Amino acid sequence: MWDAFGFEFINFYLIPGLVLGCIYALGAIGITLTFGILRFANFAHGEVMMSSAYLTYTFMALAAGLGFSVVPLVAAIPAAAVTIGIALVIDRFFYRPFRKSETIIIVMASFGMMLMVRALVPVIWGPNQITFVRGITPMKPYLDGMLLVQDKQWLIVMGTIVVMTVFSLIMNYTRIGKAMRAVSDSPDLARVTGINVETVIRATWIIGGFCAAVAGAFLAMNTQQLSATMGFRILLPKFAAAILGGIGRPVGAIVGGMVIGLAEELIAYPWQGAVMQVVWWFSEVINATGMTEWAKAVHKDVRSTPLLSPGYKAGVAFGIMVIMLIVRPAGLFKGRVF
Amino acid sequence: MAEAKKVLELSDIHAGYGDTDILHGINMHVCDDEVVVVIGPNGAGKSTAVKAILGLLNIRKGDVLLNEQVITGTPPEKVINQRVSYVPQTHNVFVSLTVQENLEMGAWTVPEGMNDRIERMYEMFPDLAEKRRQAAGSLSGGQRQMVAMAKALMVDPEVLLLDEPTAGLSPLYRSVIFAAVQSIKDNGVPVLMVEQNAKQALGVADRGYVLVDGSNRHTGTGQELREDPEVARMFLGARD
Amino acid sequence: MSEWLLSDQMVGNMLYVNSLLLMGGIYALMCLGLNVQWGFTGLFNAGIAGFAAVGAYTYAILTTFASGMHIGGYELPIWVGMLAAMIASGIIALAIGAICIRLRADYLAIATIGIAEIIKLILKNETAITNGPRGVAKIPRSWEHLGDARVAEKLPWRLFGEPSAYEGFFREWYPLLFMLTVVGFVLLVYLALEIARTSPWGRVMTAIRENEAAARAAGKNVTRLRIESFVVGAVIIGLAGAFYAQQLRFIEPTNAFDPTKLTFLVWVMLIMGGSGNNRGAVLGGLMLWVIWSGTELVIRFGANVLGDVFPDLSPSVLVTKASFLRLFLIGLILQFVLQRFPKGILPEVRPAALGGKTNEVRD
Repeated sequence: MWDAFGFEFINFYLIPGLVLGCIYALGAIGITLTFGILRFANFAHGEVMMSSAYLTYTFMALAAGLGFSVVPLVAAIPAAAVTIGIALVIDRFFYRPFRKSETIIIVMASFGMMLMVRALVPVIWGPNQITFVRGITPMKPYLDGMLLVQDKQWLIVMGTIVVMTVFSLIMNYTRIGKAMRAVSDSPDLARVTGINVETVIRATWIIGGFCAAVAGAFLAMNTQQLSATMGFRILLPKFAAAILGGIGRPVGAIVGGMVIGLAEELIAYPWQGAVMQVVWWFSEVINATGMTEWAKAVHKDVRSTPLLSPGYKAGVAFGIMVIMLIVRPAGLFKGRVF
Repeated sequence: MAEAKKVLELSDIHAGYGDTDILHGINMHVCDDEVVVVIGPNGAGKSTAVKAILGLLNIRKGDVLLNEQVITGTPPEKVINQRVSYVPQTHNVFVSLTVQENLEMGAWTVPEGMNDRIERMYEMFPDLAEKRRQAAGSLSGGQRQMVAMAKALMVDPEVLLLDEPTAGLSPLYRSVIFAAVQSIKDNGVPVLMVEQNAKQALGVADRGYVLVDGSNRHTGTGQELREDPEVARMFLGARD
Repeated sequence: MSEWLLSDQMVGNMLYVNSLLLMGGIYALMCLGLNVQWGFTGLFNAGIAGFAAVGAYTYAILTTFASGMHIGGYELPIWVGMLAAMIASGIIALAIGAICIRLRADYLAIATIGIAEIIKLILKNETAITNGPRGVAKIPRSWEHLGDARVAEKLPWRLFGEPSAYEGFFREWYPLLFMLTVVGFVLLVYLALEIARTSPWGRVMTAIRENEAAARAAGKNVTRLRIESFVVGAVIIGLAGAFYAQQLRFIEPTNAFDPTKLTFLVWVMLIMGGSGNNRGAVLGGLMLWVIWSGTELVIRFGANVLGDVFPDLSPSVLVTKASFLRLFLIGLILQFVLQRFPKGILPEVRPAALGGKTNEVRD
């Protein structure tokens, strides 16, 4: 059983799905925070995440230039600091003027911001793809060879758990975290209560920016490549995750991200083949040789056909998002509906 | 009241949104030991008067005074620094925060001694004490109103402004809220309350103002207004 | 004098101006289409590239000659291809609109970006139909196609005599004719939209945009009207897409319809020109295209100069980087316009709204 499905399924579909889910989850946190507290869809978020990935690369290269090599996670720390700075600068000059304007204007500003950052990256780092980590990362055996996991996959999942825990502690046990949740509920009430909304906004960019920065570094580690279209490509899944979980609900963003990451990877699994295999065994158990022959033949045909052609992977997130918007716009965890 | 200090005063306020005025020369005041009720028909400008105090609209003429200091036009986020506490009619609690967290947020501008004050709130509102870890959004309307008021009291305000606190509440909770208002006054915080439930509100009021079409129409003690035949005709015929 | 006029340089310049008007016209068409959706009705369509692609591919597949690599060979007349492009774009808009039109502005933006991406994925993956990333080539261009013997031999052109008699004419003069066709369509669409804007339909749209609740209370079927506006805009964008395909003569899913350039550029054009405003749409389209194209020349020139001065700088990389810098600057200009002149250069002249202004009295 394990050899027939489990091995392939767990190691080549489920685990990569979990890893991708972690990356989406971290990215979606920033989106949902901005949506909830600042009340607009930040289209530039994907590009900010991408900047962090490129900056991580730069810091690694700088360190190498100085003679010592650092792992991506270490280089991600100064990269995150710079990324947070970028987020704060963007807010100060391009979003703050629109605090009291109609949502649509600030959405357009973020749209324009998306373009500006996306355009600036090739100017600084060149238009070509950059290899972040060379070669194929080895899959190491665990549990007697049942599990094959790459080091980077452990790092990403562990790292995500750490960041989520810290994030949760901040949101639930610190004054500023509670204030962020309060502003997300009702900025007007927060104002008359005396909460300094600008401080809360700044905290939002810092925390959201940090999560995005880490997610960017993880993305680079996962795909091992940097390209200037990374930011845009990841934007839709993050929005989908935030909407799936419920706007303004960080828990929702995390769950949503995991669901979408898993869905994207799992949908490429040859489910038809697996189903046929089950039918085959079942027919052997009940001794229905006709069925067995049929099942065997079909199975041979479809055993490597993915349920959805990999070229359409990117459409999975979008499909989930549209379904949510129609069926349950408030999302799984009942976020804000517009 | 000769010796009692005027805590809050609206003096000849002309105010509104955009180009249209809704208030045409309103005069009101609250002394430091009274509950003042503002009643009037829909559109009379009751809520608008409160929003004028909070700087939520254009004050064209006139002044808002706190302890005889002019605070006209102070923006809403600064008004709380003057310890003028406001409970809006709707969206008056943070729905996804617990009762405890709501109270903590109420103390944002004066964090010292927060926990003591929270305990005092739980003493004043024992119902809330048992629900302190529950999300405010999951409480009943009446309990939510209590949370809103307790949260507003966390700053030890000079005056408490309530906008239709009993709107949509069951009769039981209405009585609870009015009783709480009296208790708040007894604890030294004067209250200015806009109300639709005129009869019951006047029952706990020391004084009242009747606003019609953005102007003062009647004023007097709670008892005087309750017994005034014209006021009775305007409102008190309605079901309470 | 005539020598100077017909000199190579002058002809080159005139061809350049011609191409400016041509591409500027195509973009102006897209702006007009977007204006129906955004300016008239307040719909944030961030998936312009998708609709243009649908229009372009529909036209291309229906009109190109047979190629072993994708379905086609229908060799339908150009106007049929263009009509089909408009219809295809409209159908997609209808489907999307039925699902998404009720969404708030930023949700609609996300949804339309998503749809444009799905369209792109389909175009990339369904290689049997579209030849995938390798694209569709040799797309017939209006007027130029008449210089191609294969076309000239078909009806109805054959009625005009032997192809060899006039194919030379068309091969020389098609740039001008094509440009005039595009500009002609721009004028046509502009006039049609101006009529629409002041018509009862247009005024209802403005009312919905200004105060939806009041319009609904007045009994207007807001959802259906929004869908109508979305479809009309999409049809115009589809037409522009067909022209775009004709101009490029080779389309493929990734670069020709890059949302960063197409969608974004059209939005900047509309905002700068003056959203809500047909004149602004045309002006913005032409003006920004001239700036865009002009700066490309400057960049190329500058890159070559720098390449000569600093031999280890590769001009092609410089050009690419500079193109991105140009994109960055356009984005920066957009931010500037949004902050200082949100109404654009030509602010909107509004016809009377349905039911007049409503004063919100809040108490």
